[in-house]
Amino acid sequence: MSETAQTAAGERVLKRDSLLTRVEGEGGVYVRWEQDRLAEVRLDIFEPPRFFEAFLRGRHLHEVPDITARICGICPVAYQMSSVHALEAALGIVISPAIRRLRRLLYCAEWIQSHALHIYLLEGPDFLGYESALSLAKDHPELVERGLRLKKVGNDLLEVLGGRATHPVSVCVGGFYKTPRRKELMALHESLVWGLEAARTTARWAAQLTLPELTADYEFVALSHPDEYPMNEGRIVSSSGLDLTAAEFERHFLELQVAHSTALHSVRTENATSYLVGPLARLNLNRERLAPQAREVAHSSGLSFPLRNPFAMIIARSLEMLHAFEEALSIVESYEEPAQSAVECKVRAGEGCAATEAPRGLLYHRYRVNERGLVDFAKIVPPTAQNLRRIEDDLRLLLPRLKEASDEEMLAACENLVRAYDPCISCSTHFLKLTIDRSPRP
Amino acid sequence: MAGERKRVAVFKFASCDGCQLALLSLEEELYALCQELDLAFFPEARSRNLPGPYDVALVEGSITTADDVERIKQVRQESKYLVAVGSCANAGGIQCLRNWAKIEEFVEHVYATPQYISTLAESTPIDSHVSVDFVLHGCPINKDQLLEVLTSLLLGRLPHLPAHSVCVECKRRGSVCVLVSKAMPCLGPITHAGCGALCPAFNRGCYGCYGPMENPNPEPLIAQMEAAGIHGAYLVRVLRGFAGYAEVFRNAGDNLEKTLQ
Repeated sequence: MSETAQTAAGERVLKRDSLLTRVEGEGGVYVRWEQDRLAEVRLDIFEPPRFFEAFLRGRHLHEVPDITARICGICPVAYQMSSVHALEAALGIVISPAIRRLRRLLYCAEWIQSHALHIYLLEGPDFLGYESALSLAKDHPELVERGLRLKKVGNDLLEVLGGRATHPVSVCVGGFYKTPRRKELMALHESLVWGLEAARTTARWAAQLTLPELTADYEFVALSHPDEYPMNEGRIVSSSGLDLTAAEFERHFLELQVAHSTALHSVRTENATSYLVGPLARLNLNRERLAPQAREVAHSSGLSFPLRNPFAMIIARSLEMLHAFEEALSIVESYEEPAQSAVECKVRAGEGCAATEAPRGLLYHRYRVNERGLVDFAKIVPPTAQNLRRIEDDLRLLLPRLKEASDEEMLAACENLVRAYDPCISCSTHFLKLTIDRSPRP
Repeated sequence: MAGERKRVAVFKFASCDGCQLALLSLEEELYALCQELDLAFFPEARSRNLPGPYDVALVEGSITTADDVERIKQVRQESKYLVAVGSCANAGGIQCLRNWAKIEEFVEHVYATPQYISTLAESTPIDSHVSVDFVLHGCPINKDQLLEVLTSLLLGRLPHLPAHSVCVECKRRGSVCVLVSKAMPCLGPITHAGCGALCPAFNRGCYGCYGPMENPNPEPLIAQMEAAGIHGAYLVRVLRGFAGYAEVFRNAGDNLEKTLQ
């Protein structure tokens, strides 16, 4: 699409087509310069739409968590969690404390594998000057091995809890089809202890990275819970003072369709501005509720909060991975097998919504079900869709500094910035392709 | 040696990324594998991506746009062996549910400005468009089976993968039959093996995510489920899941639906 963009007569058009790589999904960056003025920046998303909200209609509520999991192979648990919480709200079901803790453990496992994947295999190579972890492994095998092993601990935990790491099969409305045996979880204890240490090393490494300079005036949006770092529940809060229940989400956040994206863009309803969800927003709004070791690293590393540099997302992700190990160990050590794996579900007509914290940020679901338990309406707002407008705003901040840069340098800088977000374009929509239209320089 | 490494490419169409993630989830084997294979094109994992031809293309996802119809032909031309991985590539995926609906209504339901959206009326498997050399089942695929396919390629032999049903795996595992004992819908007797019969071990019926096994016999299973009180639109939904557009599941569901009208 962007290759055919028209430019004004007399302008020289430079085009580079290159995959935006090491992201999950297919999209592209389009940049148009008029003389030295940045005329247009777009994040083109052309991942083919799959219409989940349309085909969920008519499916039974018990099928929903397995179906929504397929929105994302990297964070299926997040889609399962937001859907079961929203459907439980529709049915008026309250889950037991034991199930609540087990769901947190499941979320910890997903955060660990997703964050380890991004830190070591997708973004980490940028900071070390490699094109991939595969190349990085030739010179620094110990780093890549550590990342893969961290990811494996997360996957192993997912397998115990859900049968498999991608699209686990244990989650149901009301709880779990089956809860694990204590001995199955304790078998992972040693590797979780190793992972905790490796995650602390990772967080200290990330906190001392020299980041590219870029500061933005973000509105951070995340869940917040008085007693814990947010995952499955809490109020939706923002750095500009929002404090909402999930039921108020759609009044304050609006989805817009733009011509260059098959993923909808989210903005704040009041002033149509972008906002930021994800690890950086969560950390800035909730850092006092990090587990002790993660908090200690956050406060002893010379970081000044709030962190307003998008490239600091790797630090936030690393601190959250450490947090997830601490919390996972605590849940595993105190785990007692629940008497019931799920609370009973009485089907009734109703409507419910929920927001949980996916690895990439706030994930909102709303469903309306009929008296037979069939879905009449579904709405899903994925975290990457909420960040797309913000990524474009960040590119607008970054690009004027690169006026003199070569196309290659510009490509690398844009790619690094987009990648810092760990965008999941499959969730919202895969090639990131950079096209630069440039008029002749004076 | 480097020049002799087989060149592998990973392509994505409409999908969740979960099947290509299986490659990165070969945590312990990935490094050894890369000594033997050149992951020449794998945009999700690397920035240096090289043009074809490739020895093996791993193709994830289903075909849902006119551009993708052309792109898969290009992939076929560039690839000696094309392996379709996962239920999207093999059966159209869960997004195949559009095939029983009006796509215009779907687009209008999700997008305020439908004219910006370009999509095909149906989500179709890879073999509807090009010839496929090997199929790896699952939603998601099993990483050990992926390793077997890649290893067999290196050794120049056919991959050794089971062709029996989930039901056989379930018996081997010693799980109690959830259809017989709990009257739960279960597609295990007609679903391709590979997951290790996970769902029955989790107190639930198989939802058919690996797609149909070779030579399945759905009629007796449907009769058994109906006898257990699972029928009508419920049973149609059971058949129309992650591999619902695979021929056997599709015909069984469509035939059943006709009897409802």
